[in-house]
Amino acid sequence: MTESQSREVTFKVDGRSLRGRQGESLLEALRRYGYQVPSLCHHEAVSPYGACRLCLVEVQKGKRRKLTTSCNYPLMEGIEVFLDTEQVVSNRRVVLQLLLAQAPAAERVRQLAAEYGVNDTPFEVEDPENRCINCGLCARVCKEVVGVEAIGFSGRGAGKRMVAPYDETAEDCIGCGACVFVCPTDCIGMSETGGIRTIERWHRKLPLKTCSVCGRHFAPTFQLNKFAEWTGLPRGHFDKCPDCR
Amino acid sequence: MAKAFANSADLKAYRQQLLKTRRTETKTISICAGTGCCASGALKLVDGFHRAVRERGLEREVTVRQTGCHGFCERGPLVVLHPELTLYQRVKGADIAEIIERTIQGGEVVERLLYQDAAGHRFVREDELPFYKNQMRLILAQNGHIDPTSIDDYLAVGGYQALAKVLGKSKPEKVCETIRKSGLRGRGGGGFPAGVKWESCRAAPCPDGVRYIICNADEGDPGAFMDRSIMEGNPHSVIEGMIIGAWAIGFPGRPQGYVYIRNEYPLAVERLGIALEQARRLGLLGKNILGSGLDFDIKINKGGGAFVCGESTALMASIEGFVGEPRAKHIHTVESGLWDKPTNLNNVETWANVPLIIDKGVKWYTGIGTGDVSRDPWGGSKGTKIFALVGKVQNTGLVEVPMGTSLRRIIYDIGGGIPGGKKFKAVQTGGPSGGCLPADKLDLPVDFDALTAAGSMMGSGGMIVMDESTCMVDVARYFTHFLADESCGKCVSCREGLRQLGRILDRICAGEGRPGDLELLESLGRTIRSASLCALGQTATNPLDSTLRYFREEYREHVEDKKCRAGVCRALISFRILADKCTGCMICAKKCPEQAISGEKKKPHVIDQSKCIRCGICRDVCKFDAVVVE
Amino acid sequence: MESKRLQEIVADHGKDPAQLLAILQDIQQEENYLPKETLKELARELGVPLARIYSLATFFSSFSLEPRGKHICTVCLGTACHVRGAPRLVDQVERDFAIKAGETTADRQLTLETVNCVGACALGPLVILDGEYHGNMNTAKLGRVLGSLKKE
Repeated sequence: MTESQSREVTFKVDGRSLRGRQGESLLEALRRYGYQVPSLCHHEAVSPYGACRLCLVEVQKGKRRKLTTSCNYPLMEGIEVFLDTEQVVSNRRVVLQLLLAQAPAAERVRQLAAEYGVNDTPFEVEDPENRCINCGLCARVCKEVVGVEAIGFSGRGAGKRMVAPYDETAEDCIGCGACVFVCPTDCIGMSETGGIRTIERWHRKLPLKTCSVCGRHFAPTFQLNKFAEWTGLPRGHFDKCPDCR
Repeated sequence: MAKAFANSADLKAYRQQLLKTRRTETKTISICAGTGCCASGALKLVDGFHRAVRERGLEREVTVRQTGCHGFCERGPLVVLHPELTLYQRVKGADIAEIIERTIQGGEVVERLLYQDAAGHRFVREDELPFYKNQMRLILAQNGHIDPTSIDDYLAVGGYQALAKVLGKSKPEKVCETIRKSGLRGRGGGGFPAGVKWESCRAAPCPDGVRYIICNADEGDPGAFMDRSIMEGNPHSVIEGMIIGAWAIGFPGRPQGYVYIRNEYPLAVERLGIALEQARRLGLLGKNILGSGLDFDIKINKGGGAFVCGESTALMASIEGFVGEPRAKHIHTVESGLWDKPTNLNNVETWANVPLIIDKGVKWYTGIGTGDVSRDPWGGSKGTKIFALVGKVQNTGLVEVPMGTSLRRIIYDIGGGIPGGKKFKAVQTGGPSGGCLPADKLDLPVDFDALTAAGSMMGSGGMIVMDESTCMVDVARYFTHFLADESCGKCVSCREGLRQLGRILDRICAGEGRPGDLELLESLGRTIRSASLCALGQTATNPLDSTLRYFREEYREHVEDKKCRAGVCRALISFRILADKCTGCMICAKKCPEQAISGEKKKPHVIDQSKCIRCGICRDVCKFDAVVVE
Repeated sequence: MESKRLQEIVADHGKDPAQLLAILQDIQQEENYLPKETLKELARELGVPLARIYSLATFFSSFSLEPRGKHICTVCLGTACHVRGAPRLVDQVERDFAIKAGETTADRQLTLETVNCVGACALGPLVILDGEYHGNMNTAKLGRVLGSLKKE
């Protein structure tokens, strides 16, 4: 954290004076104070992306007041934030309608939309089975937290899709399952049968290591070998599951 | 070529020597070799003229020069004979001998190669043509006179004099101030005052002194090609502007330059590359330029074909080797841009204005254009603007006029009006982010603020004229699909919003519009505009909004009456053969891909509407105008 | 692409991951498209994840991941060409050669591509066949220009 980011600043939310750190995500600051701001593409562990457009707020800085997403708005001294204004509510409604049309099978989207009073969409549904909303959280976690970058977007515009390269087996994937864990709409899929872990969306199948002590499958061998490579610890260190180590 | 210049005195001395040795008495044949004329066969003409001059032993008296774009692309290939400025248009290889013998040697004019206006009046001199006479060519002044691959040509007409004037002589802060006071605003679309940007970038904290100076040459607006033309015709003017910028913004630090250029412009890439190499050899780029202490060089980065990369943060991401996704600009790029360094980005035409302002001064420059910028750089639009005048207009080409010139003057006096006796319907300015203005806006003075107020924008200066055979719903649909495809796809509002907008417009054009569709378009448009992150999304609905505002009746007809008055939307039209005009030549029946046309030889033919796919081939092949759209 | 040639290209760009776009352009220049095996090798050479390379290669419209045809027909769909009827030209090629824009005929004779303006608007509608510009096109003229290909 740089010096300027650790500096404390004062800002206002709907007239209430609050404090936070300069440069931190406005969304995170708001949530810390207990404000309910909806969002699907944000996670504290990774950099903000601003894809889902749900965490809209109005921010006044100096004379200018504008609608913006709060996740990628860096907190600054003296800004005034307005939640749930007419602008915010009406635009969020349309965004939710668009998400319902894009990912009608996503339970989380339907739930959230209902919470905000949106129960159907005036727009045409592309694929009734689709759950992915292109939030990119899986790829950000893979790159920034796991340090692998096994997956990414292909294409652009309306044709943008989250895939493993060539939509074939993601050969760099270590099968850690972090993407599955963070996915807000549960559209990646992971299963374990017969000592094999499968990450469905990335067409990745990896054999699991058996703990030399308790005998249970605990992590993909490929992942453990990578860990050994990255940490410099002997491979033998990873023969036992974390509980038996 | 000379040795590298150690200082500005060297540069001046070299120029003096150039002027002395240049044969001023010779005749010059200038052949336009811009993309348009090249496509019409200009390069063959260049070779042909060279050969013809050689064969006749005229090398000493006649110079053959291939130049950049002259701008009057409609009539290409263009050949201009100096010093008389005789303009020959649509010149072919077979005309070469006659031009040399009759005009160059005989002093006569070849009448049939002259430009002739609609009234039948012929013009001899280039500067007498209404197309050129009504323009004010400052940025394009040297296009057509100099060989873009010769730095000597540029130096001879006074090139790099502005650089010599400031480098090591004017304080960088002073140069920034000059640009601010000139009122120069960004020609790439936003119209942000360039001097303010320069000053902010200069003032931004930068411990290691690395500031980036970028030229945005990713001219992505379809229908705009002025930047291409400047780079092809006068690349050194852009380079000179950038070096001046490097001095003003980055000295005494370590400024570094980039030109991000479209891959679709191979000729511009080539000419710019040549120009950079020449500038390096003369010490105008590199270490200690003209003895001023400034170290600066420029790299070329070729774009990969993405409209969104015209957006500054997307462009920078692309230079860094990532996909062109824009990021939020709550922290401006002048503070943290390329590789998180202070970065100043201007487009090609903006950079090309810089040497001119330095050379001629603020007072002269602010005398051109609208408003008052003496207190506020936003107070007006100064200088000239180049427009690409295209579409349904007589004289297609590049037009440079003072800011504030009316649309009518551009389209009618310079452009010669609408061809084929058709009626003007609209003019689209600003590319996909701009809007369509109707006939009652023709007297609008064209500047940044007037266009924005009318619901369009300057953009980079595309100006597409539309007549009664252009369907405004189809135009909105075209731009919407264009942007849906060119969106980076990050924001839901832009990606899904434009996709849905396109679908609604598709169904309206297919005759399946529903009641309430226009209101749905409007509400969706509002969200695309206000909830998206970058300028692409925020301006994406301008074509839709402006057509809905000015041509709502056409939308209503599509939805309610299932009619397309322009005869464009296939589902709403039909082709018919006029029995009294059809000669029964059978061409249409032969060319019809669906065998939908029948009839006997020399008897009127008939189209079977159930088979017709409305491809329009029958109308294209008919020599008797017997096929009509209804 | 031969490994040796790929290494040369990578070396020409200083083995710098920031030059990825330029490296991909060089590969396509020589191979006419971006072969999968070459991109996988490039990922190893540069130490850049394949996912990032694949994202770039599919984001920018000038790249092709499929081998392109012997002949390339590019129809300009810029605004000026659009209002002068360019979409009908795309329809015509699609119909005559039974391919969609972006596709290549089964015999690899022809690839149909579209471009958003090449800045030669005065000549619109414009078709570029193997680098040669054909201006003021209509369906009849295009039929003649492409006629020779159909016979091949």
